Amino acid sequence: MTGIVSYGAYIPIYRLSRAEIARAWGANEVPGEKAVANYDEDSLTMAVAAAMNCLRGIDTTSIEGLYFASTTSPYQEKQSAATIATVLGLERGAWTIDFSGSLRAGMNAMKAAMDAVNSGSAKSILVCASDVRLGHPMGSSEMTFGDGAAALLIGDTGVIAEVEGFYTFYNELQDVWRSGRDLFVRSGEERFIMEKGYTQVVLEAVSTALKRFNLSPKDFSRAAFSSPNSRQLGAVVRKLGFDLKTQVQDTLHSSVGDTGTAMSLMSLVAALEGAKGGDRILLTGYGNGCDVSSMKVTDEIEKVRDKPGIERQLASKRMISGYNRYLRWRELIDVQPPARPPIEFRQPSPAAQWRENQGELRLRGTKCKRCGTPQYPPQRICMSCKTKDEFEYYSFLDKKAKVFSFSHDYVMETVDPPVTVTVVDFEGGGRIMCDMTDRNPEETTVGMPVEMTFRRLYYVGGIYNYWWKCRPVPS
Amino acid sequence: MVEMPTSTIIRPGMQRREKVESIKDKVAIVGMGCIKFGENWDKSIDDMMIDAAYEAYEDAGIEPSDIQAAWFGSVWAGETGQIMAAPLKLPYIPVTHTENACATGSEALRGACYAVASGVCDVALALGVEKLKDTGFMGLPQTRPWATWSYRLTTQTPPAVFAMMATGYFAKYGLSHEEGKRLLAQISVKSHHNATLNPKAHFQREITIEQVLNAPMVAYPLGLFDCCGVSDGAAAAIVTRADMAKSFRADPIYVKALQICQGPREGFMNPAYDFAHVEETCRGGAATYAEAGVKNPREEISIAEVHDCFSITELTIMEDLQFSPRGRAGEDIEAGTFTLEGKLPVNTDGGLKCFGHPVGASGLRMMYEVYKQLQGKAGPRQVKNPRLGLTHNQGGEPGAATVSVVIVGNEL
Repeated sequence: MTGIVSYGAYIPIYRLSRAEIARAWGANEVPGEKAVANYDEDSLTMAVAAAMNCLRGIDTTSIEGLYFASTTSPYQEKQSAATIATVLGLERGAWTIDFSGSLRAGMNAMKAAMDAVNSGSAKSILVCASDVRLGHPMGSSEMTFGDGAAALLIGDTGVIAEVEGFYTFYNELQDVWRSGRDLFVRSGEERFIMEKGYTQVVLEAVSTALKRFNLSPKDFSRAAFSSPNSRQLGAVVRKLGFDLKTQVQDTLHSSVGDTGTAMSLMSLVAALEGAKGGDRILLTGYGNGCDVSSMKVTDEIEKVRDKPGIERQLASKRMISGYNRYLRWRELIDVQPPARPPIEFRQPSPAAQWRENQGELRLRGTKCKRCGTPQYPPQRICMSCKTKDEFEYYSFLDKKAKVFSFSHDYVMETVDPPVTVTVVDFEGGGRIMCDMTDRNPEETTVGMPVEMTFRRLYYVGGIYNYWWKCRPVPS
Repeated sequence: MVEMPTSTIIRPGMQRREKVESIKDKVAIVGMGCIKFGENWDKSIDDMMIDAAYEAYEDAGIEPSDIQAAWFGSVWAGETGQIMAAPLKLPYIPVTHTENACATGSEALRGACYAVASGVCDVALALGVEKLKDTGFMGLPQTRPWATWSYRLTTQTPPAVFAMMATGYFAKYGLSHEEGKRLLAQISVKSHHNATLNPKAHFQREITIEQVLNAPMVAYPLGLFDCCGVSDGAAAAIVTRADMAKSFRADPIYVKALQICQGPREGFMNPAYDFAHVEETCRGGAATYAEAGVKNPREEISIAEVHDCFSITELTIMEDLQFSPRGRAGEDIEAGTFTLEGKLPVNTDGGLKCFGHPVGASGLRMMYEVYKQLQGKAGPRQVKNPRLGLTHNQGGEPGAATVSVVIVGNEL
């Protein structure tokens, strides 16, 4: 039996109200809000966050593959899956693949993972889907797009949702696209792409799939759709014969937005959170075609409940104060640069990155075998008992942590001043100095509990410098 | 209190000495020079070195050709001692380039003193310089990232690390933000007042507590007036043997102790560090007192020039150097203990805060003030009958510092 073994989602803590965007452009008020990745987040870091939520309590060395799906991978050439696998600590022999090209890439990756497990080439594969897409300022996509990520562990033991059927349907159509030269996503004429694109393709694909599966809408407790907006989702769902209120949970559009590649898997995670053994779930992914899957929830689902899911993450949020702050985070507007040393001084060295990435990308320190003192970064000579080269590696990732001291640095160049700098002490020993993110400067205090989160420190010379920051433990 | 360091056994069977030799009364400073610090747009780095060196030559009554060896301190001037040897036209003598971050100037002086004490030369020059205002940006230049341990951990600037000591101190001693800010403000107000009496200082104007409290934030909780100036400047000293000193001048200043303490950057890694003191200052200070034979620093030290890169640093130094009891420097600040008229005047020349901080020059600038005070030549800010003066020069940050503490006196 192959299916989903665990699930996780990540919604960035910041929201931008659509009314705020409308106000900036003098447009009519639009209801709802969109989730906005912090300035130091991208599709890769959000995939790590979703994966960490998915993998709580799971030994990552047992995972034999990592598939990453996104249309906004940080590099055109350089694999994100390999970075994520390194951060998560997967074994060297794990399959890593990046899926891209369409918003269906999330389900493409899931299908590929299913096939790999079914064929016996891997016992379990983690699928991460994540997107941070940009719509043109003042355009409708800017309103509807949101940022988010989902992760599904696919395997054949401890399955919480067995995949019963998979159906695919490709479709060549210039409805939504972005060339390598574009920053913003483009789309065709709205009436045309709705009629001949999403509506027609999903209707046709789901109808055919249901026939093949020998199932009808009433056989499903829940249906998880990807969709560009509530209106189009509603139209399709009605035509297919699903009940929008009871079978389709459409909270994501009003609270998060269209998360692109991550959308169908995030909807699935939301459905799984509310599901119980015996429930049947329909999953669809749209983008140059449509993938449809039917899965049946098992009683094992009760064992994976304890995680910060969609519901909890929807509840803990911070509103962005002002559209201009969003523009600055995305570097869509040039502001006067501060009189500070040029950022090029921080150009990372690929050699130094390579040396450190093996262990330190996982926030790995050392623990002295003689005196047991944890320390970060890794130390060959123990800072306490001075014993040389007798240490074991020690992970700080799973340890509780508190702020010992902090400052808000108004001098350092950043798109989101000030830089909050902290000294963080870990339960069980060890201290690191790091930046704090997702914080409200006024709420930062000595002693506040924090957790570690994987972020982008800065971008210089074509290199994204990823590292760990702390952030307040979400309430 | 830390014991005087003793030599370690380097081979089996070697005897550990009870006590190592001391620099005390072996060398003297017989000439010093220091230019006006500030935004020296009209002076090149060469101009500044020449002006500082020739003031020192003149003060010592020597010719450039009398210099037998030289120590050059600068963090950002470039490579090798040639940076100094070229403009000064030093005559094919040994020149050593030293770097110890903000404690670089003191390190240059230390090199010159040890060389003279060893007997390999009789007249040595120590000079520190930095040209910072040509960079076109605020703050200090950055070193290459892969040479620094923290480049991937945090993007913080130095003020933020010192600010974390303010946060740590306030938290440890239960000071509210307002109480802490008001306490620190008094330190900056004092430095600004002292600098009004010093024509060589970068900033020569009075400020009020309210101005300090209302200034823009640089690194919370430190505001603009809690931070020292970044300046251009140069300072120099001529060092000779103590027994030769009187042949140069009637009032030489004798080196009583010369210590430097480098921490293993433990405070950034060890939760035991409280971010309310600087361990290297405690240990370096204690070692210096032991070398000089000072038993009660608060009573015996007449004047101190300390590394007030930020107001909080001066506050904790008062405790770390044992001038005030632990956690109670605030009481001494309120009582005016460290003002010009106080029992132990500190930073009589305006300190880093107002004299300015051209990194490589600061340690020698501190010594310049102590030297002038001990000679009774400090003009309107002269302290009454000083006997022992101390300089405290810190490189690095709380938790990861390099601290030099020097004691000098006007008597053998």
